[in-house]
Amino acid sequence: MSAARAIRHHLLRPAASVGLSALAWAITGVRPIWMGSEPSERQRIYFANHASHGDFILLSACLPESERQRTRAVAAGDYWGKSRLRRFIAEDMLSSVLINRNWTEPKDNPINAMLAVLDQGDSLILFPEGTRNMGDEPLMRFRSGLYNLAIMRPDVELVPCWIENMSRVLPKGHFLPVPLLCRVVFGPPVAVERGEDRHDFLKRAHAALLALKPRLKGDRR
Amino acid sequence: MMRETTLLIAGLAGVLTLASIVAAILTFRAPDRKNPALVNLNQRILAWWVMVALIAIAFVFGKDGMTVLFALISFAALREFVTLTHTRRSDHWVLLAMFAVIIPIQYWLVWTAWYGLFTIFIPVYCFLLMPAVTALQGDTERFLERVAAQQWAVMLAIYCVSHVPALLTLQVPGFEGRNLLLIAFLIIVVQGSDVLQYIFGKLLGRHKVAPSVSPSKTWEGLIGGVASASLLGAALSFLTPFSPIHAAIVAFLVCLMGFLGGLVASAIKRDQGVKDWGHLIEGHGGMLDRADSLVFAAPVFFHIVRYFWTV
Repeated sequence: MSAARAIRHHLLRPAASVGLSALAWAITGVRPIWMGSEPSERQRIYFANHASHGDFILLSACLPESERQRTRAVAAGDYWGKSRLRRFIAEDMLSSVLINRNWTEPKDNPINAMLAVLDQGDSLILFPEGTRNMGDEPLMRFRSGLYNLAIMRPDVELVPCWIENMSRVLPKGHFLPVPLLCRVVFGPPVAVERGEDRHDFLKRAHAALLALKPRLKGDRR
Repeated sequence: MMRETTLLIAGLAGVLTLASIVAAILTFRAPDRKNPALVNLNQRILAWWVMVALIAIAFVFGKDGMTVLFALISFAALREFVTLTHTRRSDHWVLLAMFAVIIPIQYWLVWTAWYGLFTIFIPVYCFLLMPAVTALQGDTERFLERVAAQQWAVMLAIYCVSHVPALLTLQVPGFEGRNLLLIAFLIIVVQGSDVLQYIFGKLLGRHKVAPSVSPSKTWEGLIGGVASASLLGAALSFLTPFSPIHAAIVAFLVCLMGFLGGLVASAIKRDQGVKDWGHLIEGHGGMLDRADSLVFAAPVFFHIVRYFWTV
């Protein structure tokens, strides 16, 4: 391991992980709500709703420190790989898995990059909507990656995580966060049932995630 | 001042020690130690130790410490308030300005003792400019509701709270250099009244004051709590420029305002469908759950002292 890589690996990443989690807490007071699952050392895919660049920092801030170190977010290469600064933040500081959303050749299939990370023993944070949700519906249709990963690595637990309020803290097009209280609700794991097809599973996973959305009076949140 | 400070800290530590011992005995004797009421009582007392320690540290740093402490309290309270209100993406700049511009300016005005601007900065300038910025964003959906909620947020969480450290800017003849004790008097009387209302309410509470707003506020709690807190105020008159009689009257008024603050906060929470403002203070809820009475009491206390005791 070269010196530069060793520094990145042993100093920058842990420091960035602790620093960003502390920052997320200072701004949003973020709290995990474990409803049907518990913090665990099991290898997992955390799948969550996505409306803000801050989402995966918030989610990873809710994990125990040791889990946070080995949990990596899947991020879009066409956005995070665009400039050197973005790539530095995404890859070196946050150790995200950058994937190519606009692939054509089978060898470029982003599932290979995700499988490689899972096979190293790391956990993933995945946003199955595929992009940030800017519309009025609370959760968009899921892409099929979640199903494919579940079929190919059946031992990995799939945990739905509802991220609350982050889209108000850091909406699209803004880079300064407004301090608002956030929570991340972790629900009971879902698994592909025997004989269940892609469409049915994705629908069920979608419903499991949406069920975690808090229902308060009206939309006054 | 040294003598009063020592007495104060010894007194508070004594009361908290007593409370901790009583709670420990109650827990030890209880058939079910996991009883939610007991767990909550123990959490509340522990949180009181932390809060008293934080205020004591700010006390040591004098004006700087108090200004920073209450700016942070405003930050936490504002965050809780805004989280509960309806906001839209187009409100982003106004919301950001509330935290990043209005809080620093208001507390800078406190720190520099610029009374003229301190009293009108939020009720005049922010009042007019915030909706103007919102209108310039061009989004009129639920406009009045959004603008009104923003006004309430800055008035309660910043303007009212900032009157606590502003007590340090008052010039009371014969009381020079001792204004920190006014803050101690206000906080002890108002928070003491909250605790005493809670105790009287738990022990004797039968008749609810406003059952549709808050099930926990009873006439027995209100009368017992405010009366005993007024006596507490009289007993603490040695901290203040007030005579014991005047101290009791002032304490009575601020406790009444504190009660009204709790009532209004309950009405807002009920309207928004939540039980607590947040989870910052273990056992108590959010910052506003603890500070709602102080929010209403501080400006009134400030103006009573300013009108009757300053030149």
